[in-house]
Amino acid sequence: MLIEAKALRKFFSLDGGRQVHAVDDVTLGIAEHEVVGLVGESGSGKTTFGKTLIGLYDKTGGEVRYRGELLPARYTAADFRKQSSEIQMIFQDPYGSLNPRMTIFEIIAEGVLIRERRSLSSLRDKVVYWLERVGLHADHLSRYPHEFSGGQRQRVGIARALIVEPKLLVCDEPISALDVSVQAQVVQLLAELKESMGLSMLFIAHDLSMVRYVSDRMAVMYLGSLIELGPAEEVYFRPLHPYTQLLIASNPEPDPEHERRRQDRLITGEIPSPVDLKPMCRFAGRCPKAEARCFEERPVLREVAPERFAACHLL
Amino acid sequence: MSSSEYALEVDRLAVSFDTYGGVVQAVRDVSFKLRKGRTLAIVGESGCGKSVTMQSIMGLIPMPPGRITQGSARLNGDELLGISQKALNAIRGNRVGMIFQDPMSSLNPTMTIGRQIAETLVVHRGLSTSAARKEVLELLRLVQIPEAEKRIDQYPFEFSGGMLQRVMIAMAIACKPEVLIADEPTTALDVTIQAQILNLLKDLQERYGLSIILITHDLGVVARMAHDVAVMYAGQVVEAGSVDDIFYRSAHPYTLGLRAAMPSNDPEKRTLRIIPGSPPDLFAPPPGCAFAARCPHAMRLCHEHAPPLYGTGHIARCWLHHPQAPESPVRGNIATLTEPAC
Repeated sequence: MLIEAKALRKFFSLDGGRQVHAVDDVTLGIAEHEVVGLVGESGSGKTTFGKTLIGLYDKTGGEVRYRGELLPARYTAADFRKQSSEIQMIFQDPYGSLNPRMTIFEIIAEGVLIRERRSLSSLRDKVVYWLERVGLHADHLSRYPHEFSGGQRQRVGIARALIVEPKLLVCDEPISALDVSVQAQVVQLLAELKESMGLSMLFIAHDLSMVRYVSDRMAVMYLGSLIELGPAEEVYFRPLHPYTQLLIASNPEPDPEHERRRQDRLITGEIPSPVDLKPMCRFAGRCPKAEARCFEERPVLREVAPERFAACHLL
Repeated sequence: MSSSEYALEVDRLAVSFDTYGGVVQAVRDVSFKLRKGRTLAIVGESGCGKSVTMQSIMGLIPMPPGRITQGSARLNGDELLGISQKALNAIRGNRVGMIFQDPMSSLNPTMTIGRQIAETLVVHRGLSTSAARKEVLELLRLVQIPEAEKRIDQYPFEFSGGMLQRVMIAMAIACKPEVLIADEPTTALDVTIQAQILNLLKDLQERYGLSIILITHDLGVVARMAHDVAVMYAGQVVEAGSVDDIFYRSAHPYTLGLRAAMPSNDPEKRTLRIIPGSPPDLFAPPPGCAFAARCPHAMRLCHEHAPPLYGTGHIARCWLHHPQAPESPVRGNIATLTEPAC
């Protein structure tokens, strides 16, 4: 494994000693040249997992190893600097994540400038190379973020992350804010870059249908827990966990005939609050198949079929 | 006129914006009809003019800089364009209900949701505060908000995104509107919550015969909800027809491109096909077809002359339907290929 989280835990403290169990005992690794799609609804803890994995949040418990080496539980500025050439991140909001007062040139070059003492102008060729690699042009160099569309800004974010030639890219909902046809463009770009650079990726998203086109394995989170993990196509077409089944069934299919035949199996209710969770199945309250045991004991993620992992008492 | 089969008819609408950079022609000659008791989906990407179209009809575009340069929009026969703000105020929230993508910013954060919904009833239907409260409770139950008696006195921040969208729907249907405009109502929601909200809208349509305009960029949502579809690109309707026409007999290369870029539950579909490039600049729309620069079937004619609308019922704005056009994947997909409509 390139990077591996073991029993990773991130709690946030609230007033009165209560705790938000944002990420609760998640074990997940990413191999070299592998893309792991991490999916779940708002509040599932997927983004917190991604940020805790690479040190943007301090860990409450568990450990993360990168190429076998233990990463610090709490990062210092030096730790981040050391890590930045290996691990980079792209963010959900292509508007909020680019400094509006910097030109595209300055934004993309910044990562290199911080690590190498060079002049900005000496980086021009390198920045142009990356601009073109993500489908933008040299004449974009002197422009500011507000002059670009959402899809173009996301490309700038990708160029900024990749110019330091990292090994691991954490993509936090990189396509959620984009139009469908632009989503497809960005997904295809990331897939190409993965092939040509041998990148590993953690691709965080709430939309499973796009994720299956980029991922080798798919991981599903619910309320801080990892509840299913397996080869992407397997998980998508033959989901094992009742939650994954309902999540995929909820997705509207762009086919009117199919939609007219739809037998509705809706998940009722909403994802509960992750405050002070009890030791029981996180999904039991909304699960149509839940039994008494599901409310009494928390199921662990285990291999239920070759390469297929699920956390469910009923499997 | 109320005996017409259409709840809303928009005819040749054009909207421009005067900016420092010049005039943006955001909506260019848009026509569509919403059948009573049905859902018309207006589909397109950011900037295609789908939201501006509906907002200009409802008087929600500040003018200036906006300008309606031509067209008409009739709500059950009554013209909406050019009438006074006062007359429009009497229609919005009353004869036409609206819900938007971001319910949090559409609601007043300092007012309980009960009072906000009641406001509509007091203003438009002249109900007393106590009568309005009773009706609000009913509405909250109708949109399936649990514990309505407790929730009625809570503030927007105490609700989840899905629950707030239910509140918005309750507010929009409070006065039994003739038309409900839903502008990307589920784009910000998780798929499981999206499914619940779409189901709720379908239920309400069946129960009250609601006529719905659904603005979206998600073809999955269109397939689930729509009876009729208008596909917009660069400020124009480039294809319109029944939902089956649009999905099974696509008559415009842009519609084909959108469908190919959409992820599918079909295991055989292993790659997404993308539409290269991006939409044209509406400061200076190209003289020919707006999609020509991105179209895999574009001919020289397409770059030079704007295509007419072909067909009746199922229509498309594309030269490939010209009798002398070469073979293409859209050819023959319009059943009644009459003389160009305009």
